[in-house]
Amino acid sequence: MTDTLETAARPGGLRRVAIDPVSRVEGHGKVTLLLDDENRVQQVRLHIVEFRGFEKFIEGRPYWEVPVMVQRLCGICPVSHHLAASKAMDRVIGAFPVPPSAGAIRRLMHYGQVLQSHALHFFHLSSPDLLFGFDSDAHRRNVFGVIEAHPDVAKKGVLLRKFGQEVIRVTAGKRVHGTGSIPGGMNRHVAAADRDALRRDVAQVIAWSEDAVAIARQLHAANRELYDAFGSFRSKMLSLVRPDGALELYDGVLRARDEDGTILLDGAADQGYRGLIEEEVRPWTYMKFPHLRALGREAGWYRVGPLARVQNCDFIDTPRAESARREFVAWGGGSPVHATLAYHWARMIEALHCAEVIERLLDDPAILAGELTSHGTRTGHGVGLIEAPRGTLIHDYDVGEDDLVTRCNLIVSTTHNNQAMNEAVRQVARQYLDGREITEGLLNRIEVAIRAYDPCLSCATHALGRMPLDVTLVDAGGAVLDQVLKSADGSLVRG
Amino acid sequence: MTAPQLVFGWGNACRGDDALGPVLIERLRALALPGVECLDDYQLQPEHALDLVGREHVLFVDASLTCATPFEVSPLRPGRDASFSSHAMSPAALLQAYLDVHGSAPPPATLLAIRGERFGLGEPMSEAAQRHLQAALSWAQGFLR
Repeated sequence: MTDTLETAARPGGLRRVAIDPVSRVEGHGKVTLLLDDENRVQQVRLHIVEFRGFEKFIEGRPYWEVPVMVQRLCGICPVSHHLAASKAMDRVIGAFPVPPSAGAIRRLMHYGQVLQSHALHFFHLSSPDLLFGFDSDAHRRNVFGVIEAHPDVAKKGVLLRKFGQEVIRVTAGKRVHGTGSIPGGMNRHVAAADRDALRRDVAQVIAWSEDAVAIARQLHAANRELYDAFGSFRSKMLSLVRPDGALELYDGVLRARDEDGTILLDGAADQGYRGLIEEEVRPWTYMKFPHLRALGREAGWYRVGPLARVQNCDFIDTPRAESARREFVAWGGGSPVHATLAYHWARMIEALHCAEVIERLLDDPAILAGELTSHGTRTGHGVGLIEAPRGTLIHDYDVGEDDLVTRCNLIVSTTHNNQAMNEAVRQVARQYLDGREITEGLLNRIEVAIRAYDPCLSCATHALGRMPLDVTLVDAGGAVLDQVLKSADGSLVRG
Repeated sequence: MTAPQLVFGWGNACRGDDALGPVLIERLRALALPGVECLDDYQLQPEHALDLVGREHVLFVDASLTCATPFEVSPLRPGRDASFSSHAMSPAALLQAYLDVHGSAPPPATLLAIRGERFGLGEPMSEAAQRHLQAALSWAQGFLR
């Protein structure tokens, strides 16, 4: 039962601790802890401001604009939206499948995107928590602490991300606001000179990615008790897989496993996702709660992203990543790994896989020449489903005869993980906050749990002049009892 | 050949005055000022430290909720801060990343913060922000010559 701590039985007389926004996660989120007089956690809710309004923003636009426009949904993974919208529009105009050259270039772009996003997350967002532990000084628990203690790791992180960005540039046309993928295919090949430049670096990128997997594995081995228990809970898992069961990030069929690893559904076509997944609205948050329709809201929620993907698949078709996957699976001793912090390890296995796939695709002559677009009979409806860095991403559109989008539904990875992130926060609250003084270190554990999911909370604005963290104590009736500001240097100031 | 001066702006063109940075970059780029390279992105990211290599000076441009009207100019120094969500790295933190990754001091840098008013999805740039943009553009042209 996941709602144990979602709604307190007697909210009256409880104190509320609000953490807003959660620092170092993308966009803005707020964690609300409803406490009783002894600081026992009675209620926990994770509030996330996500893509509110974007679907309406898209409706009424010409379909061919959409793959470019949706890149503005997220500054970290614009390519995932670019490609998911393109895949949906392929279906809308009946141009499916796209030619092999277009498919190969899109795949190259996507794996470059996942590699750079995973590198950013591990080396510059979460590794400070993992390398220094959760009680380390707040000033060191950040990327610069990592740089000081592990300068080569930080540099590798920058260069891995730079390589991924370069893959995106040579496939999408520009390093930002790319236009390479269009409804029905691609509008450009990869230039031979660009391919050759990437080839020169890819072996080094694979080696660095292997190093990253080793770091993640060593962290788990060194702190097994902590890593296995922190924010851990059992859940179902959902992802794309290739029809033969291989790990797949660009295009495949849906598979879900239950808490014990037994397959619940398999081989499901992406175009029929609405028959499989239901989105539930709850009154206390703008973010929906997707779940498997057949199992209902109580039993049907699931996790997506690296932890799900690495365990949902039967194998990985690149040798180094497959070896790493086997070690990961062995860690579970025959049962699925449910530890929240295992996301980081799984994420690095995927980064290694992406580097290997990029190397393979750079040797594929289809990226340099061949038909780039398909044509067919227009259907007016299409779903684009892709495995974005954070998990399964769904774009779903209806387009009228006048070429304008009449309906848009987006389910982003973070929405799929909504219930799971709430559950992770509850587990951490149970483990570390119940009955204790609320310190910055304890509050940071909640942030660590959220960051493991790499949530994308929408690119709201990031203008200069905003405080990174605002902690407010209010009572159940909404009156503010206390306020703590977490300043830009990480220190806490009580209001 | 690396241009000696880099102007780097960031923001989301779909969110009202958050577009101030990229729009200023677009206007400057159209002027094709000699020795000046103009770059923009959705957000500052760690790898942007590599864009600073070989520069004599860097001008960062972003919208601001708190700066003076119409804009504010301030020198930047490398500095550790807690602002680096993967969606919100500060320019000072980027300079620090340069220092730590390269082991040498980053080029001198200046922040041009342009006052914005509204940042809603799908909103056009406010009239006030457009005035601020024009004033900032005039200043930037003089600064970069």
